[in-house]
Amino acid sequence: MARIPLNVNGKARVVNAEPATPLLYVLRDTLELHGPRFGCGLGQCGACTVLMDGKAVRSCTLPVTSAQNRNIMTLEGLGSVAHPHPIQTAFIEEQAAQCGYCMNGMILGAKALLDKNSHPTVAEIKHSLNNYICRCGSHLRVIRAIQRAASAKA
Amino acid sequence: MDSKTISRRDILKGTGALIVSFSFFGSVSNALGQSAGLSEDGLDPTALDSWIAVAQDGGVTVFSGKVELGTGVVTALAQIVAEELDVPFEKVHMDVGDTSKTIDQGVTAASRTVERGGPQLRQASAAARQELLKLASERLDAPTDKLMVTDGVVSVVDNPARKISYGNLLGGKRFNVKIVASGNGWDMKVAPGIPAKNPKDYKIVGKSIPRIDLPEKFTGEFVYSQDVRVPGMLHGRVVRQPTVVSKPSNVDESSISKIPGVVKIVREGSFVGVVAETEWAAIQAARELKVTWSTPSRKLPSGPDEVFNYLRDTKSYKDNIPVNRGNVDSGFSQASKKFEATYRWPFQLHGLMGPSCAVADVRGDKATIWTGTQGPFRTRDAVAKMLGIPPGNIHLMYREGSGSYGRLECDDVAEDAALMSRSVGKPVRVQWMREDEHAWDPKGPSQYTTIRAGVDAQGKLTAWDFMDRSFPWTAAEGNALIASNQIGLRPTNQGFPNGASGGGQIYAIDNQKVVAALIPWVQQDEWPLRTSNLRAPGDLARVFASESFLDEIASSLGTDPVQFRLNYLNGDKRPTEVLTAAAKKSGWVDRPSPAPASGGQKAAGRGVAVANRSNTIIAAVAEVEVDKSTGQVAVRRITLAHDCGLIVNPDGLKNQIEGNILQGVSRALMEEVLFDETGVKNLDWSSYPVVSYEQIPEVEIVLIDRPEAPALGGGEAAIVPITAAIGNAIFDAVGARLRQAPFTPERVLGAMKA
Repeated sequence: MARIPLNVNGKARVVNAEPATPLLYVLRDTLELHGPRFGCGLGQCGACTVLMDGKAVRSCTLPVTSAQNRNIMTLEGLGSVAHPHPIQTAFIEEQAAQCGYCMNGMILGAKALLDKNSHPTVAEIKHSLNNYICRCGSHLRVIRAIQRAASAKA
Repeated sequence: MDSKTISRRDILKGTGALIVSFSFFGSVSNALGQSAGLSEDGLDPTALDSWIAVAQDGGVTVFSGKVELGTGVVTALAQIVAEELDVPFEKVHMDVGDTSKTIDQGVTAASRTVERGGPQLRQASAAARQELLKLASERLDAPTDKLMVTDGVVSVVDNPARKISYGNLLGGKRFNVKIVASGNGWDMKVAPGIPAKNPKDYKIVGKSIPRIDLPEKFTGEFVYSQDVRVPGMLHGRVVRQPTVVSKPSNVDESSISKIPGVVKIVREGSFVGVVAETEWAAIQAARELKVTWSTPSRKLPSGPDEVFNYLRDTKSYKDNIPVNRGNVDSGFSQASKKFEATYRWPFQLHGLMGPSCAVADVRGDKATIWTGTQGPFRTRDAVAKMLGIPPGNIHLMYREGSGSYGRLECDDVAEDAALMSRSVGKPVRVQWMREDEHAWDPKGPSQYTTIRAGVDAQGKLTAWDFMDRSFPWTAAEGNALIASNQIGLRPTNQGFPNGASGGGQIYAIDNQKVVAALIPWVQQDEWPLRTSNLRAPGDLARVFASESFLDEIASSLGTDPVQFRLNYLNGDKRPTEVLTAAAKKSGWVDRPSPAPASGGQKAAGRGVAVANRSNTIIAAVAEVEVDKSTGQVAVRRITLAHDCGLIVNPDGLKNQIEGNILQGVSRALMEEVLFDETGVKNLDWSSYPVVSYEQIPEVEIVLIDRPEAPALGGGEAAIVPITAAIGNAIFDAVGARLRQAPFTPERVLGAMKA
């Protein structure tokens, strides 16, 4: 066990964890942040996505020590039902989910994309999210939600 | 113990008097001496209070045995209730899937929730409205036929200033009223005699009301089964191989002694699991535990070909014959041209995004379980049987998993968690890993379909002989699931039949026989080729066969595929309208298949398929582009027309249809379980890919609303024609016929060369 300082959603936190523990379990079990989700533990699906210094990373394969001294944002840090981020509002307006389990990845992936490219084409959206898996088949609505979020900022 | 739950049970059981001694886990019917009409757990479907409660602020709580799987159906049920009660939609709260609070309305499955659960809740709501009007009539001193209700406020028609809200009428008190209820589960009829609102007057049903669960799902606040946390909870993982279960001949405990936080290695029969204080310790322990497994009593088949041969050659134990019209032999004698083909369908995965997860807290002969089962009462009973305790001693609470598509009707992980909790005497959360979920998913069965048909000299179909050979759902209701099997319980029946529709019975053919034959599958040993209902079970494969075959005949006769189908729909109104609508929306041009050959590396084609699943009618047109040098198929667009009777929530329905279509494209192009004697081979997403953003088609949907008809299912109809439509489109593009799914590039190239 080691004491590991983290910066999560703008707050300084210190956790006790085995250094090799993937960040995902520290976020979910120690910090009770359930935005990032366990989908595969293999970095294949994107359900565990967090933003680390603004970049989308897969927390299921990232040892918690690698997250030290970085700014981590989880889905909770983006917004809440009471105060949603415009991207989350766009997803609500497009009803862009079925079971919703993959949406953590889709929304943070969308944030990472829109922060770099504020008006992506459909092809750019598809390419950017191509390694995020959705089993229910909500892809079309996610694309529309991202387009809506992009044009809301226009 | 949940005090709120106890008081609710008091209300349900009581006559109004305080219940002095009450055991939450005790057998309720014995405690009261009431037996007639009470279900096993004391929830009485003839008590209106079992279904609906009205609070002082006018909030309506509906107790629903139907659960939300991610389809939005609970929002639809809430619309039905709000409509019937005349309350604002926002006032309705759905309390679902709690074995101590909700009536067993049967599993949430088969796209029957709106069709069966809808009327049950509608009628209960109509009964509640009637009661509230009676109460209002007394309070307002006006006859009920002079009263109206708007937004939960009852007023006198001629004098609307005289009014009273539902909240003030009942406000937290019980109805204390009996209603008529008979039958069980799906077949339960609730308050059938009470008149319900005329659909012409609907203001909420029929609207695209946003889903009640989505905002929390977009912010991380939603509690999935994977998010349940209880005080003192430990973490468990199962230790299972992706092959036939065998007893461990040796478990080396020292192999994980250096992992901090390991609490116990759980062993019972051939069940092996690890429990630890942290999730990471449990994961590591499960991975590193050295287990020597004994030689299993049987091997898996050597591969899919062996399975197809087995399906072909093994005698069926039961034949479902939904159609046997005329005489196919005499029909063939009239035929001048005969056709025959065989179609093969693989095992496929449900493939949940979030692997199965449950939390169980077993204390002596009582248990509390949080899990994502489609059938809370069914799972409660299965765990009770496994633990050897009365079902009434288990309190099971539904917590949504990640999609289901039928998978969570076999709630394996609830059993794993119960076993491990019992062993350590603490609550245990068991999360399956990705390889557990891929290996042990109770798969959609493999199917082998042979069709023969005859056409006379005038080009008319004179005989149609359809034989689908399929495994049943071996892991289905009542049969022992994995953990139960591992501790010595055994399956009690062959499994549940895999349906019988989609074999061409939508068409009027004089001499027509459709047979769905059930082929026995392994039951005695728990193995990863276990089967269950996977979205549109059986129908997807049968429609792939029948609609491809029909297309082969149409092509041979030089007839346009849509026109050929219309001929044999013979004016049957609904499928004719649906097929015509899909064709028109897609811009279908009347010509036979295949398309004229194109030069160049890529060839475009279109294909159509129509089907009837549980009385919902669907037709799809697929437009594809085939890369002739690689065999890669790109689906450019799917146009689909959908008739499910009265539409409760149009956008919710469209959402489901889109999902069905994209999942259908995935299953048609790329999904099959790979295995050999040593085990299941695709244990992650790279080896079992599903459709990605860069592979999805555009989608056009035509909704046909029939408000004069009952509301039918929309959860799985739209996937049914997709494989056939794509296969037919590939044929149109390159003249190559695919008779085995999925349509991998290798298979497409192989068909092109044949």
